[in-house]
Amino acid sequence: MLEIKNLRASFQGETYLDDISFTAQPGRIYVLMGRTGAGKTSLMRAIGGLLPLDSGSIHFDNQDITSTPVWKRDAAIVYQQFINYPNKTVRQNVEFPLRKLGLKGDELNQRVDLYLQKVGLTELSKRKPSQLSGGQQQRVALARSLARQSRILMLDEPLMNLDFKLREQLRDEFLELFSGESSAVTFYATTEISEAMMLGFEVLVMHEGKILQSGPPSEVFERPINTLVAEIVNDPPITLLSVTVEDGAALLKSGSRIELPTHLRSLQQGDYIFGVRANDIEPASLSEGTLPCKIGFVELSGSETVLYINSDSGDMVVQIEGIHDYSAGSNIHLKIRPERLIAFDKAGSLLIAPGVGVK
Amino acid sequence: MVLKRILATLFVTLWSVFVMLPLLWALVTSFKPPEAVNRGATYIPFLEFQPVLTGWSNIFGGGGATTNLVPPLLNSMIITFGAAAISLVLGTITSYGLSRFIYKAGFIKNQDIIFFFISQRIMPPIVLSFPFFLMLRTLGLLDSRTGLILVSIAGLMPIVVWLMVDFFNGIPKELDEMAMLEGYSPIQVFARVILPLAAPGLTVAGMFAVIFGWNDFFYPLVLTFGQVVTLPVAILSLNATVTPFWTLSAAAIFAILPLIIFAFAMERFLSKGSLSGAVR
Repeated sequence: MLEIKNLRASFQGETYLDDISFTAQPGRIYVLMGRTGAGKTSLMRAIGGLLPLDSGSIHFDNQDITSTPVWKRDAAIVYQQFINYPNKTVRQNVEFPLRKLGLKGDELNQRVDLYLQKVGLTELSKRKPSQLSGGQQQRVALARSLARQSRILMLDEPLMNLDFKLREQLRDEFLELFSGESSAVTFYATTEISEAMMLGFEVLVMHEGKILQSGPPSEVFERPINTLVAEIVNDPPITLLSVTVEDGAALLKSGSRIELPTHLRSLQQGDYIFGVRANDIEPASLSEGTLPCKIGFVELSGSETVLYINSDSGDMVVQIEGIHDYSAGSNIHLKIRPERLIAFDKAGSLLIAPGVGVK
Repeated sequence: MVLKRILATLFVTLWSVFVMLPLLWALVTSFKPPEAVNRGATYIPFLEFQPVLTGWSNIFGGGGATTNLVPPLLNSMIITFGAAAISLVLGTITSYGLSRFIYKAGFIKNQDIIFFFISQRIMPPIVLSFPFFLMLRTLGLLDSRTGLILVSIAGLMPIVVWLMVDFFNGIPKELDEMAMLEGYSPIQVFARVILPLAAPGLTVAGMFAVIFGWNDFFYPLVLTFGQVVTLPVAILSLNATVTPFWTLSAAAIFAILPLIIFAFAMERFLSKGSLSGAVR
């Protein structure tokens, strides 16, 4: 078990890690989620011994490894930049860390063959990294890290520099690859909730060097503890609307009314922030309860259309299944699905999420 | 496209002629008999003149000549290759440190330290000659190979540091980190990961160090008195007496021959793009 206690790290007045504490079990994948600069990489570097700490401790299996040198930590990192030894072939790349472990002869060859086969590079084992595509290079890095069978495996946004299709493909393969690594504590940094949902046993949402929330991906997604977490874990971005609750309805800034759904009826009169996910807002024909808006920007993403909306009630984001012919600047009426609204207080803390009672 | 290739080939050919012609002329002259030099320009051996070995025999003390360039050649080789090797070892270690770690002592930072090294070469040699003279005299190393090697290191290390810091900066730090995470200690990382990758840089730095060291003239002139004579100084002394052109030409070719052999031997280490594929 990996135990992190009160980790703090800073350099020249800039804080990288701010009082980080958690425990992680072997055989599970922990997804570090957060925007760029949230501290995901710093946390991984700290665990690997590459980031000097101001304070705090790291224990593995009750052994204090806080001051253990990097080369004795038994940790592996796969970087987002596909780092490999350029002067070695694919096979030699995978062999290099294993030789340090003392493996040789048949044992070495079998281990290398196994992991080259796992990442699908057996045929390309004699090539140099520069002769491979981006996806293949990242597989080499992955094979090298996995083959060592380290106790701590860290993947720092490994799919970030790949194109969309390759990302999808590798993401599927990751699940299969990691499921076999039952003895390692695995960390996976990402900015995408879809990856977290797919891979993670537990998600740690990070921001400015702190862990804001941790828990199973579905729980973090369904019950973000505040508006910041809601913003981080939602892609396309969640819409946050300032509302005033009175007489069983929520009044938007534009004056439009939304009848409070059952799960929000317990809200007292006052000001709140309502969160609504992009796929919980839909275009509608003009009728009572719809919001007149103007489309600011249209984005086609895969098989979905995302509309960025300007309205008197606040900026909104709408995600619609399929490719639709909307144009920027045109008017549209939108309908919010009230049963999916998430209520936050004025300060942004979660009050009520759909399907979950008052906090 | 074809026109571009023709122009490029033409340019390279002309440039090669421009660079090679003085060398060829010196080579041809070194085999000329006196009359072939004195009667006007001749270029083609066997057609325009019958080649003789008088010039070459003169530089090895033959034909009653008082000069023999073999001892100066040995001195130059020992001093140059000795100083270049030490400079390469010390300079490479220094450069790696300057590339990978942040040093700070008051207002002095990494860039200032690098500039300190380069500044050794910015100064004209005459500025340093007096302190060097005093230091070597105190150490009893005037007119000795060891003394000249020490002085030469001061001049060659800046070249190595200047080139290698840049080269190491081009090798991603993540490679060092990755190798350390894979169980290699910092010294092992330097020796087993970084140095093999830096081979082209080391070759260039080594070649520059040897070329600069080989051609160094001023310090061997002022810090020796006849016991240890290097090739450039010996050739100057040839010129100071009445030495014929064919002997001078032979001496010039003789002096650059080791450099040419060294350059050809080193060329295979100058592989291009050895870092491609390290980081994408």
